[in-house]
Amino acid sequence: MNVNYMYSLLAVVVLFLLSYLGVKAVGLEILFGILFPYLALITFIGGVIYRVMDWAKSYVPFCIPTTCGQQQSLPWITPNKIDNPFTPGATVVRMFLEVVFFRSLFRNTRNAIREGKLTHEWEIWLWLAALAFHYSFLTVIIRHIRLFTEPVPFVVQLIETVDSFFRFEVLTDVVQFGLPAVFMSGLVLLAAVTFLFVRRILAPHVRYISLAADYFPLILIFGIAFSGIFMRYVSKVNIKAAKELTMGLVTLHPTIPEGIAPIFYVHLFFVSVLLAYFPFSKLMHMAGIFLSPTRNLPANTRAKRHINPWNYPVEVHTYEEYEDEFREKMIEAGLPVEKE
Amino acid sequence: MNDRKYILTGLVIFFAIVTFPFWYNLGKAAPGPDIKLTEKAKAAKTCVMPTSYMRAEHMQLLDLWRHNVVRNAERVFVNTEGKEFNMSLSNTCLDCHSNKADFCDKCHNYSSVRPYCWDCHIENPKEAK
Amino acid sequence: MSDLPKPNEFIDRIDRSIPRTGWMDTPIDIRKGMYCYAANPKSVEYVHLPNAHAWNPVEDDWHLPENWKEIIHEGFKTRLERFRSFKVFMDICVRCGACADKCHFFIGTGDPKNMPVLRAELLRSVYRNDYTTAGKILGKIAGARPLTMDVLKEWWYYFFQCTECRRCSVFCPYGIDTAEITIMGRELLNLLGLNIDWVATPVANCYRTGNHLGIQPHAYRDMLDFFVDDIEEITSVRCEPNYNQKGADILFITPSGDVFADPGTYTCMGYLMLFKFLKEKYGLSITWSTYASEGGNFGFFTSHETMKRLNSKMYAEAKRLGVKWILGGECGHMWRVINQYMDTMNGPADFLEVPVNPITGTRFENAKSTKMVHIMEFTADLIKHGKLDLDISRNDNLKITFHDSCNPARGMGLLDEPRYVIQNVARHFYDMPANTIREQTFCCGSGAGLNAGENMELRLAGGLPRSMAVKHVHDKYDVNTLATICAIDRAALPTLMDYYLPDVRVTGVTELVANALIMPGEGERTTNLRGEPLPGMEEEEE
Repeated sequence: MNVNYMYSLLAVVVLFLLSYLGVKAVGLEILFGILFPYLALITFIGGVIYRVMDWAKSYVPFCIPTTCGQQQSLPWITPNKIDNPFTPGATVVRMFLEVVFFRSLFRNTRNAIREGKLTHEWEIWLWLAALAFHYSFLTVIIRHIRLFTEPVPFVVQLIETVDSFFRFEVLTDVVQFGLPAVFMSGLVLLAAVTFLFVRRILAPHVRYISLAADYFPLILIFGIAFSGIFMRYVSKVNIKAAKELTMGLVTLHPTIPEGIAPIFYVHLFFVSVLLAYFPFSKLMHMAGIFLSPTRNLPANTRAKRHINPWNYPVEVHTYEEYEDEFREKMIEAGLPVEKE
Repeated sequence: MNDRKYILTGLVIFFAIVTFPFWYNLGKAAPGPDIKLTEKAKAAKTCVMPTSYMRAEHMQLLDLWRHNVVRNAERVFVNTEGKEFNMSLSNTCLDCHSNKADFCDKCHNYSSVRPYCWDCHIENPKEAK
Repeated sequence: MSDLPKPNEFIDRIDRSIPRTGWMDTPIDIRKGMYCYAANPKSVEYVHLPNAHAWNPVEDDWHLPENWKEIIHEGFKTRLERFRSFKVFMDICVRCGACADKCHFFIGTGDPKNMPVLRAELLRSVYRNDYTTAGKILGKIAGARPLTMDVLKEWWYYFFQCTECRRCSVFCPYGIDTAEITIMGRELLNLLGLNIDWVATPVANCYRTGNHLGIQPHAYRDMLDFFVDDIEEITSVRCEPNYNQKGADILFITPSGDVFADPGTYTCMGYLMLFKFLKEKYGLSITWSTYASEGGNFGFFTSHETMKRLNSKMYAEAKRLGVKWILGGECGHMWRVINQYMDTMNGPADFLEVPVNPITGTRFENAKSTKMVHIMEFTADLIKHGKLDLDISRNDNLKITFHDSCNPARGMGLLDEPRYVIQNVARHFYDMPANTIREQTFCCGSGAGLNAGENMELRLAGGLPRSMAVKHVHDKYDVNTLATICAIDRAALPTLMDYYLPDVRVTGVTELVANALIMPGEGERTTNLRGEPLPGMEEEEE
């Protein structure tokens, strides 16, 4: 029985209750609104730097790019400059496409054996969901800069405008929705994170490989997105007070303004947990992709020698030893030898 | 090792991005704007709906007003206390809150909200220039 | 092979359903037909690798040293420090599952532990337990588990069900390379003397005699002499090679498998003819070496150190003989080692010259540091400049497809050169479907030392995706020839073809070249190198 997602769900429910009751019943606004966010940010920054430096300490003894296209060899053969990068510049392009467009994942196929034949089909959904997830999350984060800056930078305002380009305004006797303006990114994030979660649960092989550590961030991010959307469109948290709190944090004059609903502290606590959890989890793939030796090295190893810093001498079987063993046989067979 | 410098550069960029709000706001104390009420608004004591409702839902209410006026040609709003109001941004809301810059814009700017009210309601006829 | 079912039953039997129990709780069953025999302790001893001992995979007790856990723990730690690839790949997998069905062994067996992600999780689970805080505190919830004898056996079973082909790495969004994982896993197992014999004994042989098969120098010459006689019979030209010749222009190194077994032998004959041609026509002198008589490197399947020890002979011999540069024959993992490891391990090769083809004047800029050129690059260059006299009608009876070998494809990118050569020495060439060639090529299923006889079921399972792709072009275009540039392929694919597609034969590309090559002073050729009538000569044969 796979209980991994139950553990994760339970963990997020506990985190919710902690923060909700902590603020509502015990009045721990200072803890959830000031201390935890600061601690989380310090853990996040310090943790990420520590982890990356820890990786950096390990050596890269060999240049082992995975070549995904024609090499550069004879001048009249067209090389695949991006997937088999010969120069550092081309490697940067390859990395850029990898980081920005998830190029490798884009190749994804799915195969099955049908009627005794192996069939392949292009499988774009994981790539699409991953791209939707990461870009909507990025947009959401950039949008949130409005709560951490005064005046709000023009770029952030521009992104808000683009993000709310489609006006989903519903006005009926029963439902009224769409004001404040609906941001696409939040909904896309919620949809993508749901897809990724459901995929993990429903696809048997993905469920089989999934750990609690795979479900937890998804559920937590779902919680973050959901509480955020809820505050914006449903419960209408006091945005001015909320910004006073967040501005207090980044101007190092922390304050707890009156009139912020507990749901805001839940949202903030979820984000704090995500930040603090980040460096110790698989979420470090954000930094790790940059250090992946199969992608970030040029495939020019025969043209340019890669240095292994710990390349120690090894015991070898020399020609002299070889000839000593086989000299007579070699002479007999008419093979040239060093010593007659 | 020779890739140290790239890794450190990457980390510096990471650090700069993550701490962007801290140095962007450096030396600024940014208290939230105070909402200023005109004498007329103060005198009225309550808005068309209770203040807490207005703070959270004013955009929805205005949306509803617009809908009722434009689509249904209804111009009278009856609030929960049975009081009647003319459903008009310019003539009702801005009648009391004639200080748009202080009452509306400050808060909208602070929270980076750009309502499209003012796309049509270009000029406030009641506001003293 | 007699106890194996018919191919269609074999295929129908593949069951991709997952076990009811989680993978950590599903015990392994070391099954006959799926594993290779344990290393002969004498072979392990010969190259001074640790803990040489007799053991049997199916017995409970593997006779490990008392402190085996400590040895693994320390070995793990050392490797995390030495290899960033290892450390990063332990940390960043998100288990997205993109790699899952990319592995030929998974496709052929349906065993979930053959999904690359789970293969890596076998190591990661222990890594989390021993080296991460979360794993230490949360244990199984964090995906951690302590190293036990069962875990170790699982490592052994599944790291010898991986051919280090890197196909999964092409699809991984972080480039996580299961070959790296398997290499590390096997290094750790080797610390306890837990190699397979099909790797360990070739390693010992290669160390001693210079080649995996243990062919001693005089016998090596004898074997090539046979080919010289055969060639003379077919072409009436004697293609006597040079051995260990000082001052030759080029040192040629190829896998010893081609000296030993069909159909590689025909490729070997092809080399002899090509070099004779170049010597007669252009005066190019190429020497073979009995000391460095192995292109392949089974050390690569043992440990980085063993790889380096075996590989050292190439540069040492080139230096001793005073050649200008080295030419490498058709081989798969040999070329990964040469392309990505050799210069780093045993270079710099400053005693050699930047490879220049003296016949065409082409400077192989892409090999200017390692100074070793692939025979396909070399031949393609010769053909492009019109330096070979070819009668391509001699290959008219062949409908050819090309199997990209994993390592030249994904550890080098040698994709178009062999295709260019084939298309210039034969008329009928058909590529297999795009998902199964070039960087997405499917392994033969027998690489990385798994080409033994006792694990035939595993090999047939691993070779299934490749065979199905060949079947596709066989059914569509009547393809009857599977060309390849790898000695393991030439040893492994015939077995696969016998099983799945008996009327497809396997050939090296240089064999095709030699069939078309018009030798100076040759007599009328009625047969190809295999002694079969050439197209149009069938009548005269009778």
